[in-house]
Amino acid sequence: MNNFFPNGWLHYLIGGLLIGSSVALLFIFNGWIAGMSTVFSSTWSYFSSLPYFKQERFISSRAWRLILAAGLIIGALIWMLMFNHGIPVHTVVPWWRLFIGGLLVGYGTRLANGCTSGHGICGLGSLQLPSLVAVITFIATAVATALIFRMVMA
Amino acid sequence: MNLRQAIITLICGVLFGFGLAVSTMISPEVILSFLTGRDFGLLLVMGGGVFITLLAYQFVPHWMKRPVFAESFRVRESVLNRNTVVGSALFGVGWGMCGVCPGPAIAGLGAGNWMLGYALLGMIIGAYVQGRTAKLAAIQ
Repeated sequence: MNNFFPNGWLHYLIGGLLIGSSVALLFIFNGWIAGMSTVFSSTWSYFSSLPYFKQERFISSRAWRLILAAGLIIGALIWMLMFNHGIPVHTVVPWWRLFIGGLLVGYGTRLANGCTSGHGICGLGSLQLPSLVAVITFIATAVATALIFRMVMA
Repeated sequence: MNLRQAIITLICGVLFGFGLAVSTMISPEVILSFLTGRDFGLLLVMGGGVFITLLAYQFVPHWMKRPVFAESFRVRESVLNRNTVVGSALFGVGWGMCGVCPGPAIAGLGAGNWMLGYALLGMIIGAYVQGRTAKLAAIQ
């Protein structure tokens, strides 16, 4: 077990169950599907007149998607204040890897219409075969890329 | 969207962000450890999330005629085409490079991981480029 989970396993499972509960509650109360990457396209519909962003599916969901995103920030803030002694999380991944990686994540998730939460949790949770293909594809290319970076950087 | 729906949405966001923080998904190092085979915790996060979601999506529409605060349950309809595969492949390359996906890029800011702002900025620009270059005939 320790070889697979050197940092323990319980917090991973608890976090996953909380994320699943959030997705379930949004569905039970409002009937909505909680993928995260759509917020980028739907928020652009406020600022851009491009026909792509003016689609009904973006305009009709853009307000609640922004509220959901604000909740994400508040939830992580509560965790930091209550369970991490107010200590901010730190990363040593260099800015250019974060930025260039982020560009590809933004472009790719919107082209594929889903990310780790949209295809991963909501898509698999609704037994969608296209989402399974998406998940296998992005995990495969992510593993390959991360391994290459680890070799080159080492 | 009415006030009750907005309040539920905010609560769901808080739960989601708290879950991402508890499971340390807001640390790119943890994601990169998974992708390089050193820590399989991400599978438990995905598994736990999919398990609860599956129960809700499969059973709740049989138990309730309609959501508590809305007229109907939405259905996620994924399509399988070239964009699904090419987009996911590009997403994976980016994810393997930075260790950040959309949820953690947003939530990370709440936990003071300011560096994730670079990833978030990249995602906002990347999403714009996708919309800008999308073929209109391919929409819908």
